[in-house]
Amino acid sequence: MKVEQISIFLENRPGALEGVTKVISDAKINIRALSLADTSDFGILRLIVNDVETARKILKEKGYTVKRTEVVAVEVPDRPGGLHSIMQALSDKGINVEYMYAFVERSGQNAIIIFRFEPIDKAIAVLVESGFSVLPGEKVYSM
Amino acid sequence: MIFNEEFETLPREVLESLQLKRLKQIVQKVYHTVGFYRSSYDQANVKPEDIKSLSDLRKLPFTDKQDLRDNYPFGLFAVPMSNVVRLHASSGTTGRSTVVGYTKRDIETWSELMARCFAAAGLTKNDILHNAYGYGLFTGGLGAHYGAERLGASVIPMSGGNTKRQIQILQDFGPTAICCTPSYALTLAEAGAEMGIDMRSLKLRVGILGAEPWSEKMREEIESKLNIMALNIYGLSEVMGPGVSMECAECRNGMHVFEDHFIVETIDPDTGEVLPPGETGELVFTTITKEAFPLVRYRTRDISRIVTDPCRCGRTYVRMERVSGRSDDMLIIRGVNVFPSQIEAVLMGIEGLEPHYQLVVDRVETLDTLEIRVEVSENIFSDEIRGLQGLEKRIRKDVKDYLGVTAGVKLCEPKTIQRFEGKAQRVIDKRKI
Repeated sequence: MKVEQISIFLENRPGALEGVTKVISDAKINIRALSLADTSDFGILRLIVNDVETARKILKEKGYTVKRTEVVAVEVPDRPGGLHSIMQALSDKGINVEYMYAFVERSGQNAIIIFRFEPIDKAIAVLVESGFSVLPGEKVYSM
Repeated sequence: MIFNEEFETLPREVLESLQLKRLKQIVQKVYHTVGFYRSSYDQANVKPEDIKSLSDLRKLPFTDKQDLRDNYPFGLFAVPMSNVVRLHASSGTTGRSTVVGYTKRDIETWSELMARCFAAAGLTKNDILHNAYGYGLFTGGLGAHYGAERLGASVIPMSGGNTKRQIQILQDFGPTAICCTPSYALTLAEAGAEMGIDMRSLKLRVGILGAEPWSEKMREEIESKLNIMALNIYGLSEVMGPGVSMECAECRNGMHVFEDHFIVETIDPDTGEVLPPGETGELVFTTITKEAFPLVRYRTRDISRIVTDPCRCGRTYVRMERVSGRSDDMLIIRGVNVFPSQIEAVLMGIEGLEPHYQLVVDRVETLDTLEIRVEVSENIFSDEIRGLQGLEKRIRKDVKDYLGVTAGVKLCEPKTIQRFEGKAQRVIDKRKI
């Protein structure tokens, strides 16, 4: 029920992102979803890719600071109020969201929200109990 | 104006014989009371009796900062603690700072030396002194304070920081003189101007500035912005604190070394060879009247030049030129002495940090800035922004707590800090002073 994400530390300067996309492109790795968190000095690029282990290994070889993090992918009906129902369920149980980002499935029927929770297992239990569709990693990597 | 006419204008031969008499006493004293000197002289096979003339001083081994650290905190004191009335210390992580002690007489000597400095700057008991040197372990604040009281001037014990309040006091109390670092004098001038205050029309007429390197160009800038005469003062806590040497208002051409209390030599920093007057080298001081913490042949690492020509002001002391640099890697950031090794020690105290760092020193407007660049390794990488910001905050806090200096922190990608022959260039000093 957990999805593996890789996070990469980047300085806030021209060419920093391009360096990463080149490494990923050369290794023929496909990006499923991404988010970039930034401050004035640095950024954290978070990626969900089709081949986590290869991506991590190759970025590390190229000298990047890389970390694997477990996140949760939740399917949300692509209509008004879809996200709110999830947030309400989490809020009721006092679960804190560290960060989140979204992308839309290829078919366009559903949106996928990627969440980073702490603690993750309790959050998954709450989501499943509340009847939301929590996607397994394999499904997300191959979307 | 000369505070102590008798001693400050002694004929050279009388001054030198006084120096020799005092030198002999101090060498006897350290040899018999401080273990460090005894073993160091025994090792060099030299006895106090070998000092028969001032030039025999060069037979004695040097003392350096490491010796002070090795004997932290009180190992080099020559009197029992019951005779020590004051302690000061340089900034440093525990065990690496240098601690100095003063007897009651040492405080009196120091006060007189600072009074001489103020008199040389033209101050009298009718002046009001705004003392913006930091009060505390740093010698600047209290040193200047006691000297001004000794002279009979009125002291405002302002200490550092809180610039707006300082400007208010400068307007309201009307001090005629100010003591601070040269860069802080400029900060005050500029902050005041920003507040819409005519800083040239204050009652200030003289600044006694020191504790960091500065230049003639800065002097001109300070003088024009504050409409004062800016004078250079020199000192270091190991030797006494401020008041080791001072420019006179008459000539403003080199700082008079108070030779009845200190013997100054210039050496080649690489060979240790004593250089003739007039040649540029590292300053070495011997204190000849201090009781609690006498120092013999202390290597200051400050680069300067000694001038022996007589000065128009009537003082017979030699003069030293403004310090032009350092023979080691010490940085002076807003008046605080910092060694890269001290910052490294702080960084290594933070779990997970690797020893890949770089220090970038710059001067923005008038203030020195220190940026610590640290490479982010997997050990410390958090994929949450607040995790990394927490790390930045922790580094800033530890550096401030241990070293007393405010630094910016920049997190860098691995291997981005330049390395030369495998060794990183630790310090980039962009300041143009």
